[in-house]
Amino acid sequence: MIPTPDLSHLSAQDYEHVYEPAEDTFLLLDALEADAEELRSLKAVVFLEVGSGSGCVSAFAGKILGPSALYLATDINHRACDCTRRTGSQNKVAVHTINTSLTTGLHQRLKNSVDVICFNPPYVPTMSTEASEAQDLRGIEGSWAGGSDGMQVTNTFLEVVHELMSPTGRFYLVAVKENNIPKIQSRMENLYQLRSKIILTRRAGREHLSIVRFEHTTAPTL
Amino acid sequence: MVRLLTHNLLACHVKGCTSNNFPLQFQNVQIELREADFNADFLKNFLPKLEWKALVDSAKDLGDTSLPLEQPEMLDDEFLKNLHHVLLEIHVEEGSMTCPNCKHSYPISNGIPNMLLAEHEIG
Ligand SMILES: C[S@@+](CC[C@H](N)C(=O)[O-])C[C@H]1O[C@@H](n2cnc3c(N)ncnc32)[C@H](O)[C@@H]1O
Ligand SMILES: [Zn+2]
Repeated sequence: MIPTPDLSHLSAQDYEHVYEPAEDTFLLLDALEADAEELRSLKAVVFLEVGSGSGCVSAFAGKILGPSALYLATDINHRACDCTRRTGSQNKVAVHTINTSLTTGLHQRLKNSVDVICFNPPYVPTMSTEASEAQDLRGIEGSWAGGSDGMQVTNTFLEVVHELMSPTGRFYLVAVKENNIPKIQSRMENLYQLRSKIILTRRAGREHLSIVRFEHTTAPTL
Repeated sequence: MVRLLTHNLLACHVKGCTSNNFPLQFQNVQIELREADFNADFLKNFLPKLEWKALVDSAKDLGDTSLPLEQPEMLDDEFLKNLHHVLLEIHVEEGSMTCPNCKHSYPISNGIPNMLLAEHEIG
């Protein structure tokens, strides 16, 4: 059992502006834990979390991959970046935080270099304008407002993620039923030669949550 | 925390700015030195991913001239100690980073680099 990261330094005040870890977060932690042995055997050098929020997932990854990996985390919300940095130090994981949208600014230098990517995106279906506004505001609404099919933000990242992944790299995505996971999977395979698997699903209230794991079709199966 | 390691991974992404857009140049920086745990494996893992010249030049801009101009073949202890210090112990807390090509300026505040662009600047 890998313990859930210590978040005792974060307060209700932080969670007014930053996403508080919830069932989706914990499902992602469980998926990473189930893959821990494989992830260690890949000898990951670069870990990247997009939309890190509280930083809970990055700190947890730090416990799996250890101090010889680099931990990068981005969030569009500057308060989330601050929480992520604090969660890193609280859990003795050096998380390098960047306030940006998705991986812009990092993309050029990280091409083909990232061994493990995690993204728990704003996946809730909303009006498209609501998602766009939330992206502009860069506050807590951006944690969930996902626009049409809940895919507005995720789709932008799905177009570029294959360029970031190292040859044996893996990408873990949180998705809900409304996102149309089979469609995501076939599109990623056809357009970007990324094969995928739903590795974990759980029902939490009204949400049917899944973790989808992607890798290059050329990557060896472990 | 903007450390030189993070800085070595950031490039300008203003629309149309695709060459000579790296490394970003530090301006008006406030620096803090903070000790970090030394880990030789981490340094060796990461060395091949660094843009060496950019690292040496940026370290010099921040007042550290301990790194050799060429990446050495032999990674002795003294070199690794210096590399550790340059990559991980120099924290830029405030200031900005300017693109050498289009001169766009990216602020650093509270140790966090802000790479966000306005809608019309996005490539
Ligand atoms: C569902 S929350 C997940 C937070 C955290 N990773 C977790 O699992 O608890 C989604 C996060 O993505 C961030 N986000 C939304 N749009 C983003 C974008 N375009 N680029 C980067 N982060 C974004 C939000 O600010 C929020 O922190
Ligand atoms: Zn530029």
